Amino acid sequence: MISNSEKERYKNIVDKASPKSNVLSDCLKAFWVGGSICVMGQLISNYLKSLGLDKGTASLYTSSAIILLTVILTSFGFFEQIAKYAGAGTSVPITGFANSVCASALEFKKEGIVLGMAAKMFVLAGPVIVYSTVSSVIVGVIYYIYKYTSFAK
Amino acid sequence: MEYLKAFLVGGCICVIGQILIDKTKLTPARILVMFVVAGCILGGLGVYGKLVDFAGAGATVPLPGFGNLVAEGVKKEIDEKGISGILTGGIKAAAGGITAAILFSFIAALIAQPKSKSNM
Repeated sequence: MISNSEKERYKNIVDKASPKSNVLSDCLKAFWVGGSICVMGQLISNYLKSLGLDKGTASLYTSSAIILLTVILTSFGFFEQIAKYAGAGTSVPITGFANSVCASALEFKKEGIVLGMAAKMFVLAGPVIVYSTVSSVIVGVIYYIYKYTSFAK
Repeated sequence: MEYLKAFLVGGCICVIGQILIDKTKLTPARILVMFVVAGCILGGLGVYGKLVDFAGAGATVPLPGFGNLVAEGVKKEIDEKGISGILTGGIKAAAGGITAAILFSFIAALIAQPKSKSNM
């Protein structure tokens, strides 16, 4: 029989030995880095709009600029260090998507530039593209039906 | 004010991702897919568009913004071209971002030596 006090002691030992999951500090890091990336996006976008570009074009160039920056940082190995610190702060913004494409391309370059680099580019970005395409079609079908039926009324 | 809104909303979306990473056993790739699909559904319902109006880049830069972009794209294309828009609208709206990611990564991979692994 194990007494309750022994169970208690065991639990204390386990608690001490297991690594602290610093969810709060992880979240704070993700919050400020992720928020800052968005502020950077807003700055670029406002600057482009001040040049007279329309909203859609400004937004496209903003994403492209962030993607380019991510690719440069990934190529020099800096992105990995930022991502280690920021967690979801860098993987949830478009930087995560760009990093996954670029890092996979670099990593698999040694397997050739066709079946290595070009194919493996989409190891992680592929699912994102597949699921967004499929869900866009579902949204489209529902929207079309909704539109058609509301016109028929 | 605009920047503060972008910071707060963008930061909060990342925190949701961080909580999912820390508290569930979902892989980061699955979480990103969930974010994109969620963005697409909310975009289809027109809810995400309101968040974009409020937070600007705070809502468009995180991945749900990508889902919203394809949802908005497919709706716009259906309005303009009819039923064929169902097939073309989504990818068309995302084309710029996807092409930029492919092109820049392609050039980088040709020039740079591998140093970094993917962080997803």
